[in-house]
Amino acid sequence: MQPFAYTAPTTVKEAVEILTKHGNKARPLAGGTDLLVQIRGGRFNLDAVVDIKKIPELNNLSNDSNSLNIGAAVPCHRIYEDPKISEDYPGLIDAAELIGGIQIQSRAGFGGNLCNSTPSGDSICPLIVLSTVANIEGSKGKRSIPVEDFCTGPGSNTLDDGELLVSLSIPNQGSKFNSAYERFIPRNEMDIAVAGVASSILIGSNGKIESARIALASVGPTPIFAKKASESLIGKEPGEAAFNEAGAIAKTECSPIEDMRGTVDQRKHLVDVLTVRTLNKSLERIGG
Amino acid sequence: MATNEKIHIKTTINGNPEEFLADPHVSLLDALREIVGLTGSKEGCLDGNCGACTVSVNGRIVDSCLVLAAEVDGQNVDTVEGMASADGLHPLQQAFLEEAALQCGICTPGFLVSAKGLLDNEPDPSEERIRHWLAGNLCRCTGYNNIIKAVQKAAKNL
Amino acid sequence: MVNVSDSKSYKVVGTDPIRHDGYDKVTGRAIYGADVKLPGLIWGSVLRSPHAHAVIKSIDTSSAEKMDGVFAVMTAKDFPSKDNKFGDIGEGTENLKWAQDNILASDKIQYKGQAVAAVAARDRNTADEAASKIKVVYEVLESVTNVEDATKKDAPILFKDLNGNHLGKKVKNTNVAEITRNGIGDPDKAFKEAENIVERTFTLQMVHQGYIEPHNATAHWDEEGRIRIWTSTQGAFDVRGAVTEILEMDVSRVKVTPLEIGGGFGGKIPIYLEPIASILSKKSGFRPVKLVMERTNIFQASGPAPGGTISVKMGTDKNGKIIAGESVIKLEAGGYPGAAIGAAVQCVFAPYDIPNARIDGYDVVVNKPRSFAYRAPGSPQAAFAAETVADELAKIHGMDPIEFRLLNAAKEGTRRADGVIFPKVGNIEVLEAAKASDHWKAPLGTPPKGRVRGRGLASGYWFNIGMKSTVNLQVNSDGTVALIEGSTDIGGTRTSISMQAAEILGIGVENFRPVVGDTETAGYADVTGGSRTTYATGYAAVKAAENLITVLKDRCAILWSIDEKDVDFNDGTFFATKDPELKISFKELAKKIEDTGGPAASSGSVDLESGGGAFGTHIVDVDVDLETGKTDVARYTAIQDAGTAIYPAYVKGQIAGGAVQGIGWALNEEYYMSDDGSMANTSYLDYRIPTSLDLPTIETIIVEVPNPGHPFGVRGVGEVPICPPIAAIGNALHDAVGKRFYDAPMKPGRILNVLGKIEK
Repeated sequence: MQPFAYTAPTTVKEAVEILTKHGNKARPLAGGTDLLVQIRGGRFNLDAVVDIKKIPELNNLSNDSNSLNIGAAVPCHRIYEDPKISEDYPGLIDAAELIGGIQIQSRAGFGGNLCNSTPSGDSICPLIVLSTVANIEGSKGKRSIPVEDFCTGPGSNTLDDGELLVSLSIPNQGSKFNSAYERFIPRNEMDIAVAGVASSILIGSNGKIESARIALASVGPTPIFAKKASESLIGKEPGEAAFNEAGAIAKTECSPIEDMRGTVDQRKHLVDVLTVRTLNKSLERIGG
Repeated sequence: MATNEKIHIKTTINGNPEEFLADPHVSLLDALREIVGLTGSKEGCLDGNCGACTVSVNGRIVDSCLVLAAEVDGQNVDTVEGMASADGLHPLQQAFLEEAALQCGICTPGFLVSAKGLLDNEPDPSEERIRHWLAGNLCRCTGYNNIIKAVQKAAKNL
Repeated sequence: MVNVSDSKSYKVVGTDPIRHDGYDKVTGRAIYGADVKLPGLIWGSVLRSPHAHAVIKSIDTSSAEKMDGVFAVMTAKDFPSKDNKFGDIGEGTENLKWAQDNILASDKIQYKGQAVAAVAARDRNTADEAASKIKVVYEVLESVTNVEDATKKDAPILFKDLNGNHLGKKVKNTNVAEITRNGIGDPDKAFKEAENIVERTFTLQMVHQGYIEPHNATAHWDEEGRIRIWTSTQGAFDVRGAVTEILEMDVSRVKVTPLEIGGGFGGKIPIYLEPIASILSKKSGFRPVKLVMERTNIFQASGPAPGGTISVKMGTDKNGKIIAGESVIKLEAGGYPGAAIGAAVQCVFAPYDIPNARIDGYDVVVNKPRSFAYRAPGSPQAAFAAETVADELAKIHGMDPIEFRLLNAAKEGTRRADGVIFPKVGNIEVLEAAKASDHWKAPLGTPPKGRVRGRGLASGYWFNIGMKSTVNLQVNSDGTVALIEGSTDIGGTRTSISMQAAEILGIGVENFRPVVGDTETAGYADVTGGSRTTYATGYAAVKAAENLITVLKDRCAILWSIDEKDVDFNDGTFFATKDPELKISFKELAKKIEDTGGPAASSGSVDLESGGGAFGTHIVDVDVDLETGKTDVARYTAIQDAGTAIYPAYVKGQIAGGAVQGIGWALNEEYYMSDDGSMANTSYLDYRIPTSLDLPTIETIIVEVPNPGHPFGVRGVGEVPICPPIAAIGNALHDAVGKRFYDAPMKPGRILNVLGKIEK
């Protein structure tokens, strides 16, 4: 790796100061499982690496009846080892258990996964369908945006130089709501998604779908919030007919490319298949 | 403030206090191999896909090629070199020998540390759980048969 | 002296002792190549071509030379051979130029990642940075990366001056370096008489051995002009030979110390870094220089296995007897000629007794790394083709696949299609064992929800090699025996070799202290490869042990003041034939060895013309998700003839390991080439080898049909297991989904395509 300076601030303010000072020649370090690979590969030529793991807010993990708050540096294992979070948010556990393998999950977290901003990031679609909000702090102050607006292109996002992702906030939508994420990979672990779909459903008091969200991974320049497919489910009876229709629509809302992980046809086909599967899974998790 | 100067790292490795200076960009793997002199952890890919560099930091297994040495200041690091004791080999090491769980042996330190990470927390894992836990460690020689058997044997003996 | 018995009860052979290097390897103490530390060590880095096909116009190393911390810079100009012109100068020089250019290109780039220059600096980062400052001007040429495109009329030509040898005819302006033909009988006539004919064309992609340990070399060129090299290699003497050839020096000037090696599978036989490290060492003022290859470069610039196009045509009579076979095997040589077509030709129809056959082999250069051996080079590719066609024919005849193979089985006395007559071989025994196996007899069972299951079977063959090995033995006064040999130990061979000497000497193998020596301390040994080590070096150990017995008999004669011919030996005890009271154990004799003339030692050498060929048959059940194409192996059994299994746990290890490599080859592994001729997936992330979660336990069944050419009947085991899996999985997929697969890897997208679920 080419040399850089290292610092481990203990407050958000300090971190923002250093990041602002160095601009795009400094990057925050959480788990390091993307950043170190990228520095080695020459993608970044950095003056400084800012270790954010000593900042309390970024390590916070709190879950109550209102919301789940995940600090940007919280690694995957803390999420899936939490019994209450596992019970309340199985769709997030789907993602946390999928990113890399055990060694990666000891270090990598949703914050870094989101900031890495690849369309294949396994946590991003699950966060989108949970209506997650990203809490950001920079030299100009704080701001919060929906996760589906965070990524702007392959590897790029809305963060300005000097801005730091601090935490993710997920609203608790009650017991008639649940979600699921499934990705297709050729092996059983360690792969990047060929295609992935996250779905969530909220069942209304009339037993019909009150709201639904579908998000697609690895089939466009960013993770895609499949608006049309999501809206197609509103007011429908949850089940095969509605889900199949949603799958067919989701297939039209993506723009995959052909690369070493899959072809265009394959990815579109998988979007359809996985949409149906994750909608079924979400429904199953709601139970009753 | 961010410094390019060497960082003074005070850590505990295999239960022993270790102190050394390292440039900020030096990985934990390189610090172990080149500075501390523990070459048991191996370089296989340098991008977190093979697990040959696996060590334990504060009881959690990590790919040491993706950890900066600077990050283990004040932390506990355990490597394969710390598994045996004055009483002899760790049951996992013994089981690996008895079950012929190594052929070329280059992946063995990583597997041992990973397996220990599992058995330290889950004393009776199923075969499926073992295979899942070890999926981040690649072996090209054995086909994993005997590695799984060795972990199961060690679980019984622990 | 060859002494073979089919049903012998051995004391040591056939047991599973703890391997002698085991403690060091489970504690992390064992020193592998990259672990070497020397005083004053500096690091090297190699600059590589970003283009797949190019002419080197100029190299400017001045910026690198000026950098702080840089000790030396080199290019191909630093090699002694000044011959930079390609000419028809005779085979030796042509090959040397190719070998040298593959290590460091002189005038032309033949594949992306080919080495162009190298730097030695105080640390790895500085060396990498300095290398990146070297300015190379390339004239980029159009590249070609598969055999079909390379053999088209307007294909870019890799070697302007290559004289292709096409069935004896000299051909210019071609990418086909050689076309060979082998055969017996009259296949054209026989095909006309055949009742059923199946003819198919198969494609396979380039794949990599995937050894977890990167290539490495440390070299020290000293003031006396001697070079010491420390490296992880499959053959220290081969490294010495190659380095001295390139550096044009006598073999005694180079000493190669082989460290422990982290996997090779054939890929660590060729050298890449040693000559570079040596010259950098000299140019840096005789400092020791270490180089370790990055994973990306291992993929794009070492010696992967060739992909290619293989056609197989087989014709049967009405009873299912194969009466004609034809095959055209086109394999990728990579950037320089020399694809493994010879071996593929020998193996393609090996399991079958076919009286009329013709097999053509094409050695095709393409802009990819120079291909090399990956366990049984050429045989897995050939088996994919032939075993799939055999499966189709078996079905046409309504025959069980094992019955079809038994009906047509090659055996002792059968003339192989390339002309060689089989000695005693275990093809039929392996097939019978497959038939009797639990797996074959078990019902298919119910797959998991959403999957369909199928079962397939395929056979494979490898001839195994013999060649030269030496073992030296020394008796220690405590009754232990030092065993020095030169075969680097990839998977327990220092023990399997010791076990054979232990059996002869009638002592336990724990009494042995085996050492893999270097080129100055070990007797000559050819590579650890070709499945020859337990076989040939073991044979040398047997001879050394027998010679040691003769030496020790003389010592007893001295001890007892009798004639040597009145001393005999049996089962670890020396005794006087004329006086039963006079006897002494090996251990007791060792204690007295000083009194009888000093230390006792012996040596044994072999130079074996061939190995004992071996067959394997694999059975696999696969579960396929018809919606996604995802395929999981539900059950796998590998049956193989080991001749005699000296060290059974390790024989099973070779079988399981090779089978798993074949599973990866069948389902996922490939070089995915971009349009610019580069490999896109140069990382273990996207070059997907099986993980522990991708596999069930691989069941292994050892069959023993002892090899008459070895004192214990050993047949090499390392390479056969990679031959059957690709076809076995293809045949299982057919059973599951009803469609045939003619292209590997049979990855999910391809399965969906073959099923008609997606266009492409």
